[in-house]
Amino acid sequence: MSQDDFDADAIANSMLAFLDLPDEPSYRPGIVTHLVAARGIAAELLTFPMDDEAEPAPVFKS
Amino acid sequence: MTDWSIATATDVAAAVRSGLVSARSVVDGCLGRIDTYDKSIGAFTKVTRERALARAAEIDSQITRGEDPGPLAGVPFAVKNLFDVEGVPTLAGSKINRDRAPAIKDAVLIERLEAAGAILVGALNMGEYAYDFTGENIHEGPSRNPHAINHLAGGSSGGSGAATAAGFVPLTLGSDTNGSIRVPSSLCGLFGLKPTYGRLSRSGTFPFVASLDHLGPLARSVSDLTLSYNAMFGADASDPVCTERSDPPVALVPGANLDGLRIAKAGGYFEQGGHAEAFEAVARICSALQVDQTRDVKNAALARASAYLITMAEGASLHLDRLKTRHADYDPDVRDRLLAGAMIPGAWVTKAQKFRAFFRAQMLALFEELDVLVAPVTPCVAPQIGQKTFVLGGKELPVRPNLGLFTQPISFIGLPVVSVPVWLDGSKLPIGVQIITAPWREDLALRVAAWLEENGHVVAPVADLERKTT
Repeated sequence: MSQDDFDADAIANSMLAFLDLPDEPSYRPGIVTHLVAARGIAAELLTFPMDDEAEPAPVFKS
Repeated sequence: MTDWSIATATDVAAAVRSGLVSARSVVDGCLGRIDTYDKSIGAFTKVTRERALARAAEIDSQITRGEDPGPLAGVPFAVKNLFDVEGVPTLAGSKINRDRAPAIKDAVLIERLEAAGAILVGALNMGEYAYDFTGENIHEGPSRNPHAINHLAGGSSGGSGAATAAGFVPLTLGSDTNGSIRVPSSLCGLFGLKPTYGRLSRSGTFPFVASLDHLGPLARSVSDLTLSYNAMFGADASDPVCTERSDPPVALVPGANLDGLRIAKAGGYFEQGGHAEAFEAVARICSALQVDQTRDVKNAALARASAYLITMAEGASLHLDRLKTRHADYDPDVRDRLLAGAMIPGAWVTKAQKFRAFFRAQMLALFEELDVLVAPVTPCVAPQIGQKTFVLGGKELPVRPNLGLFTQPISFIGLPVVSVPVWLDGSKLPIGVQIITAPWREDLALRVAAWLEENGHVVAPVADLERKTT
């Protein structure tokens, strides 16, 4: 998926309902801006090759 | 005659312990300076006057009895208002937390500083819920930069930076999730220590991103950082992340040299995307340290991206219930980022946490060959209050999330850092440089910072408030 071919407003619309979060019209532009920024900043990370065996950093100690 | 209200913690403690000045006199001086100037700076949200005076009386009584109150005897300090202070609601920069019950006990680090003789004088302004690099607060007003009051103090520990640079107290505590000690240290011209992740107990503080949160001191001398650090570190079972290591206290030796230390300038990512002053400051420090190598920090942009995503997701998780019930009471800039953060896919966050382990291994390998890495703190000197965007690397970007683009990759893997203040020729504003070392080597970062200070390459003066605020 390229940076531009997703509808951040539609995602916000769906996710606010899915998460039972407030859907105030005045909040939407800010949410969309941050979703676009997050998608942009995630893009290169998501293509970074990692082994299936790679362990996440947080370590739970029992 | 010495003005003890603006002296360093080291000098105050020596004077109080020797009986040269009373703790009461020092505290009176600090409270007077706060009363006179803080309305123009906006550093404090709560001055714990009665508590400070009572504590000063205790210290003076100890001195009278011939007892030693400790290495921080009579040293006034203040804390970012996400630290629990007994009897005060822990605001964490928010309007929402004003409804919390007052804290029933102090945060562990406050207890430890007071056990060493220090005196708490108040709680400090900060960016709401620490999701901020500017030090602006929509509810309290901004923390202003004491060196130029129309400029940002930096955040999110904005009040910590402002109070220390203003000379209200010689020592403050802040938190640093992605850069929130180092950014205000840079913009306000201070020494700031972000220790190794897990070094200092976070018990009794309001969290932001548990897997990235650190606490640490800001001060106007490396000796003050070291004194406070030595008083604060040590195991604490009430913070599950706090290390059980038992390293010796850091001992700074005046006149010591840096022979044998392998020091490099951070290359690649850390040489781009900032204004000229950020790189001039690094060049000046590298010249002073006779650094003759640059090491490319590969994948630093991905480290920053990962920290950014983890912060969005963990921050949203922390606030999810409040976002449903109190959304109108948030700073809109914080609320919208948190709402978007709730929508970050779990697969992205897990990838970021896997990358974190990868990047940690990469950097530990680099520190097999090096002792110290030198990098910029902020991409520029303090922007103006209210400034929303700046141009970095030819792109217009928002100020708030981008002041920390050089700090985020380092705290992402918890490396210890001392931010040192550089004043470039002709600049009215300072800028910081990161002295970065391997995990648990705070001693080396402090040693390098102390050498730079002793040899006149870095300095953290008290701001001239009389001229700036009138």
